[in-house]
Amino acid sequence: MSDTLTAPLPGHKMPHEDYLNATYGIRSWLLTTDHKRIALLYLGSVTFFFFIGGLFATMIRIHLLTPSGALVTPETYNKLFTMHGVAMVFFFLIPSIPSVLGNFLIPLMIGAKDLAFPKINLLSWYIYIVGGCFVLYSFGTGGLDTGWTFYTPLSSVYSNSAVTPAVIGIFINGFSSILTGLNFIVTIHTMRAPGMTWFRLPLFVWAHYATSLVMVLGTPVIAITLLLAGLERMFHLGFFNPALGGDPILFQHLFWFYSHPAVYIMILPAMGVISEIIPTFARKPIFGYSFIAGSSIAIAVIGFLVWAHHMFVTGESTYAALTFSLLSYLVAIPSAVKVFNWTSTLYKGSISWDTPMLYAFGFIGLFLIGGLTGLFLACLGLDIHIHDTYFVVAHFHYIMVGGAVMGYVGGIHFWWPKITGRLYPEALSRAAAVTLFVGFNLTFFPQFILGYLGMPRRYHTYPPEFQVLNVLSTAGASILALGYLLPMLYLTWSMRYGKVAGQNPWPATGLEWKTDSPPPTENFHVTPEVTWEPYDFQNRPDLGLVAGASPLAPAHGDD
Amino acid sequence: MQSQLPLYPEQASNFAPQVDALMMFITAICLFFAVAITAAIVIFFFKFHRKQPDAVGIAIHGDSRLEAAWMIIPLILAMAMFGWGAVVYVDYRHAPQDTLDVYVIGKQWMWKAQQPNGMREINELHVPVGRNIRLILASEDVIHDFFVPAFRVKMDVVPGHYNTMWFRPTKPGRYHFFCSQYCGTNHALMGGWVTVMEPSDYAAWLSGLSGGSVNPVVAGEKLFADKACATCHVADGTGRAPSLNGLFGAKVLLADGSTVVADEAYIRESILQPNAKIVAGYQPLMPTFQGQLTEEQILALIAYIKSLQSLPVPAKGAGIAPTTGKK
Repeated sequence: MSDTLTAPLPGHKMPHEDYLNATYGIRSWLLTTDHKRIALLYLGSVTFFFFIGGLFATMIRIHLLTPSGALVTPETYNKLFTMHGVAMVFFFLIPSIPSVLGNFLIPLMIGAKDLAFPKINLLSWYIYIVGGCFVLYSFGTGGLDTGWTFYTPLSSVYSNSAVTPAVIGIFINGFSSILTGLNFIVTIHTMRAPGMTWFRLPLFVWAHYATSLVMVLGTPVIAITLLLAGLERMFHLGFFNPALGGDPILFQHLFWFYSHPAVYIMILPAMGVISEIIPTFARKPIFGYSFIAGSSIAIAVIGFLVWAHHMFVTGESTYAALTFSLLSYLVAIPSAVKVFNWTSTLYKGSISWDTPMLYAFGFIGLFLIGGLTGLFLACLGLDIHIHDTYFVVAHFHYIMVGGAVMGYVGGIHFWWPKITGRLYPEALSRAAAVTLFVGFNLTFFPQFILGYLGMPRRYHTYPPEFQVLNVLSTAGASILALGYLLPMLYLTWSMRYGKVAGQNPWPATGLEWKTDSPPPTENFHVTPEVTWEPYDFQNRPDLGLVAGASPLAPAHGDD
Repeated sequence: MQSQLPLYPEQASNFAPQVDALMMFITAICLFFAVAITAAIVIFFFKFHRKQPDAVGIAIHGDSRLEAAWMIIPLILAMAMFGWGAVVYVDYRHAPQDTLDVYVIGKQWMWKAQQPNGMREINELHVPVGRNIRLILASEDVIHDFFVPAFRVKMDVVPGHYNTMWFRPTKPGRYHFFCSQYCGTNHALMGGWVTVMEPSDYAAWLSGLSGGSVNPVVAGEKLFADKACATCHVADGTGRAPSLNGLFGAKVLLADGSTVVADEAYIRESILQPNAKIVAGYQPLMPTFQGQLTEEQILALIAYIKSLQSLPVPAKGAGIAPTTGKK
């Protein structure tokens, strides 16, 4: 309905030459050092892993329709949830926003021609592919049944599945993350255009800066931890197996030292996306820019200090538990700051109901539930009951799927015109956004109740009293699946048949919108100079909006 | 009773009401913020919906007083949640002095429990209501976790470590327990039932005579069959172990040539330490029943063996010393 209320589109034409048609042939893609093309290579490969992970999830939900398990054997069920987790966490969620949107946008947003190390950028994609192949080899030859957490000594001694190729694959893939993070940090430090000061950086860039710190500092730990588990499995070196003098709890400390911050690798970039979408579609500066930027850094730093909250029932010392619970509550504050600031940004905005904005609203709603339920789990007295139940499953899916994936899909929509030069069908995409939100809640909200009732996670069979909620969850998952399929279809369609978007269809204030859509290989025809503050619609006559005026009502007093 | 779609499991331990109260407290705070923020978004969504295509919003860059407020107020509430949670947790981790200790061993994919008197059970745990119970948890292989939703208790069972947990059951009944740390193929089958009993029922159950007073001879005969004694101690003397007919009170010839009178002490010793005195002509094959029988059960077995005193002794395979062999 607000199709007519967005800025009118004059008859745009596709640019004569852009990064997509500058060169042709498979070699021009596989040997490219253009960050935009590498981003598209990642887009294809993370979508592939999302499909694989989604397929496993579908089978899990069908299996759980009946208490005794409707579809597969216990061994197969255990492999399904393990491979779902490994594919989604390591090969979709962690690389998705940074490697696709971050790769594409960071140079454009700061006015650079490329990332600082274009060849290393291509190398990280190849490393990701090699790691991915090892993991697919594991999936194809016996599968993997350890849980994505690889807890020892189950993974290092007792499991009969293909653990070794999987941990080698994740070890290799880690270097992809490290190199991407390094590239981003150096690029953001050294390649900003004239006038692009730190506090004129888009919040998306701030979020990626914080994410990159976590990637560079945390990933080596998971790489070495899984390598140790692999060595114990292959050569019986006693790191974690008590029968060989090792300590299984040590593995958990090392694993979560990375894997908790890894949650912030997934969610911080999504928060960056939301921080771009909201001011654009509310057409006003973001509320509390420096607080949102600072909270990203705070989350990255404090996020490193909360890992043992995954271990409250392992028998860790009471004082350690108290410390990690306290720190976990502290990390909630910067997340809350972001939510409050986003909400306040809407106040007296000029809010459109375009698709990316619907995703942003969806993100806030789902992240709110995901974040608030984190407060339940951080609470020592309560965590004992809900730890390792479906409550945890629901909580992290609200963060990782409700948060990170909503942010990713929202971001794909927001920057789709920039990436492809074309617009997607608006009505259909709005319907898909609503479908996703409804389907997601139907799938995962019942799992909070299941968890509090005491249904443990990773169960291929369950007592009959849990069936109603499981059926509800599976029904929701089918709606959710539709919500994912729709964008894949119409976005693909739009690449050829979508309306030509022009430079800045929304319009938005960022530097990436001041070049062609799709951009030329060198990003900008002339090096841009930044003379404006971020998200400033008032002093930007180039956007073609009512400049300087307050269109809602006469400006009253001091607000 | 619970409704068809309950929101919380039964409250059957001292921790359950505490944990549910904590749950209510945190839910109330979170619900307040969730509703407030959602309401604000929905209201702004409609109230500030773009009216003209080229309209922009009013520039508001921030407000440091607001920022301070929404950092400090959530921090205070978070600290309240932390504090209350910590108090409950410390209670979880500090068992009282007067506990009834039960050993629980997890292995792929079953649970073994052993009562203080040695009584053992598999995938079952019997405890008396109102007593402080402490479980000492050990694993034979991978990490497991002992979880009783109705008690709101859970503790990992870690190989190479002894973890303990305690609780006080408050309501007789049967409650699910689960393994809640993923432990391999049949993780989901690694569960069972906790039976909370009145103390008198528990005592009766412990003595193996649940259901009131049972004739010890009958109980002994049942035990003799249940524990598979009859497989070897065949009445007609054809088994791998001597017939027990006519045994009680008679003299038994032992492998070392000496004899012993088959009295209560001898029978008890032979059940618990079978290799202490080997009957002449037999191999030391019998396993020990140490820890698998209560004193009451041993007495019942003795009573049963006594009842066999008047039965005909087989010519071969009795182990009773021939009267001529007397020194």
